[in-house]
Amino acid sequence: MDQFDYFAQQLINGLVLGSIYGLIAIGYTMVYGIVGMINFAHGDIFMIGGFIALITFLILVSIGLTTVPVILLIVLLVAMAITALYGWSIERIAYRPLRHSFRLAPMLSAIGMSFVLTNYSQVAQGARVKPIPPLITGGYTLHESPDGFVIQLSNIQIVVVITTIVLLLIFNWLVLRTRLGRDMRACEQDQTMAALLGVDVDRTISMTFVIGAALAAVAGLMYLLYYGQVDFNMGFVAGIKAFTAAVLGGIGSLPGAMLGGLAIGLIETLWSAYFSVEYKDVAAFSILIIVLIFMPTGLLGRPEVEKV
Amino acid sequence: MTVLSHETTKANRTAGISVILKKAFFNALVALVLFSLMVGIRTEAGPTGQLTYWGRFGELASLVAIVFGGSIFIELLRQWLGPVGTEKLVPPAVQRGLAFAGRLVAPALLIFTLLVPVIFYDQRYILDLAILVLTYVMLGWGLNVVVGLAGLLDLGYVAFYAVGAYSYALLATNFGWSFWICLPLAGILAALWGVMLGFPVLRLRGDYLAIVTLAFGEIIRLVIINWQSLTGGPNGVSGIPRPTLFGIPLDNSDDGLAAKLGIEFSPTHRIVFLFYLILALALLTNWVTIRLRRLPIGRAWEALREDEVACRALGINTTTTKLTAFATGAMFGGFAGAFFATRQGFISPESFTFQESALVLAIVVLGGMGSQLGVALAALAMIGGFELFRGLEGYRMLVFGWAMVLIMIWRPRGLIGHRAPTVYLTKAQAISSDLVKEGHG
Repeated sequence: MDQFDYFAQQLINGLVLGSIYGLIAIGYTMVYGIVGMINFAHGDIFMIGGFIALITFLILVSIGLTTVPVILLIVLLVAMAITALYGWSIERIAYRPLRHSFRLAPMLSAIGMSFVLTNYSQVAQGARVKPIPPLITGGYTLHESPDGFVIQLSNIQIVVVITTIVLLLIFNWLVLRTRLGRDMRACEQDQTMAALLGVDVDRTISMTFVIGAALAAVAGLMYLLYYGQVDFNMGFVAGIKAFTAAVLGGIGSLPGAMLGGLAIGLIETLWSAYFSVEYKDVAAFSILIIVLIFMPTGLLGRPEVEKV
Repeated sequence: MTVLSHETTKANRTAGISVILKKAFFNALVALVLFSLMVGIRTEAGPTGQLTYWGRFGELASLVAIVFGGSIFIELLRQWLGPVGTEKLVPPAVQRGLAFAGRLVAPALLIFTLLVPVIFYDQRYILDLAILVLTYVMLGWGLNVVVGLAGLLDLGYVAFYAVGAYSYALLATNFGWSFWICLPLAGILAALWGVMLGFPVLRLRGDYLAIVTLAFGEIIRLVIINWQSLTGGPNGVSGIPRPTLFGIPLDNSDDGLAAKLGIEFSPTHRIVFLFYLILALALLTNWVTIRLRRLPIGRAWEALREDEVACRALGINTTTTKLTAFATGAMFGGFAGAFFATRQGFISPESFTFQESALVLAIVVLGGMGSQLGVALAALAMIGGFELFRGLEGYRMLVFGWAMVLIMIWRPRGLIGHRAPTVYLTKAQAISSDLVKEGHG
């Protein structure tokens, strides 16, 4: 087995995992940038997205739909729509009343909401792991070494990466080129000033949650396709990882969230490949702590201004 | 004029009903979409691993109906209470009376707590619950030093609890050291870990601090799970020795306390002993905290919470201030952990999840940070309230989560919204917690 081949394979796996983390991390970073709160329930919104995708998929298959692209498109749209509504409702119920409260109140409310979503899903769908058969199979052999080790690029990995890139391009256009994106950037700068200049702050914040939740739903669908299963507990670990990614990249920065996601995905995969699988999360969190010691605002974060 | 205004209010009210109905319909519609797939369809993996699903439309319909009825009810309640709000419904005289009664709560509560084993001697369940509540009171008071006084947001407090518990368990099972030697050691070890956590986070502020402490808590838990040869991994450590009354075991043997005192042995003796042990530890935490607040270091903590820049300008060493806060809080967490290990006789990583950290943080915030009495009351409400739902196993955390959300909306500043000041000129006046910054790091 060629050392380089093995490394290349791990690199591919890491990048795929990293793009899923990146998609979730964008939700954290957007909410933090605009509202200034950590939405602890975001990981659970990702989990709900995975469940809704699974259930939609089951229904579509059982009514006799077999064309894979059609199934995927419908599942994607349904999961994004319903999960976005979850994001919207959570903001209305648990965060909006606390927006001008002191800092810890919305955070605790978000932690409470995270418990609610985890256990709601457990009560509604049971605690067992829910598997689905692989939908996208096959792949390409990129390179085969003499002793038979092959670098595989499976179709599902291509789908995950391409979906992520397309979504990022759409999202980038949304933030930089549309009215909503301009409102969002204005609110990020200064909410009061934005409101004075005619930006509907409430609506903008709602839309932030809607978009973040929709991206988390896509991540949930990708996770379902990639790993072939969902369970009620997956939101917590994925959520912490994505949050770590957002902080690593510099919380509030969108390219930072994607970069952080890729970094966490790579660290985790490479650590599992070369050292030990058991300590992969420890490695990811340790790298986070080390990076933050030397760059206290993350990789792409802006230095915080101290007001005296 | 009056007729006109009367007409308008009447018009408003009738318009109000249609608005209420419209809102309720809207909410019910949102609920229908939210619950449609998650509740309306139930999936389950069959024996061959094939997923099956079936509809649960009755449950879906009743949930939507509950949302519809609930939003009408809440809207009517809101109209009835009007802009007055719940705060002003209580007349000032009653409020003054309540404030006076409030001063008696702490001593009364303490006396009641001291008498709990006497009153409930035969009710093992209540004694166990009281011990559990006191453990959380102690953890809350410990975390209060870090979050409430120094303003450092710590999301991984349970790590120190774990360090304390494992220190005691491993020292006691491997070397056979007694509880009274291990207890201070557990505290010291936890404090050392607090300093170790403190160093990397010295430069971090606010939310960066939150994620690093969260990551730290997870690292400790993962290491405990995976370092099988030392900690026993997921199986945990069992056979942890019970505490002794300074060398006299509380068991059925000839050297036991019961035999020495010449009374009949009863397992309740040990429970009562544990109760007073944790009460003493908790009161120690409280006493040390109150004393420290009056010392320069305690004032430095509070100054740090209010404004770090001003703190530095005044020549306060923020490094030592932060480290001592972490170390002190961690030490009390370590004591509580050692107590937990000796009470359970068995520990495993499952007891030290993020959920526990969140629970303790919720107790501190709900109590009204910085208020010692508030933390005690919040622990009683949260842990005691939690026990009420013991029968509904699956719904327990669901209810707990909703409680956290609703309590935050209802009282974002916690149950006790004001506290006694640390320093004052001539007369002590209560400080509203609106004037106090918290968790800024």
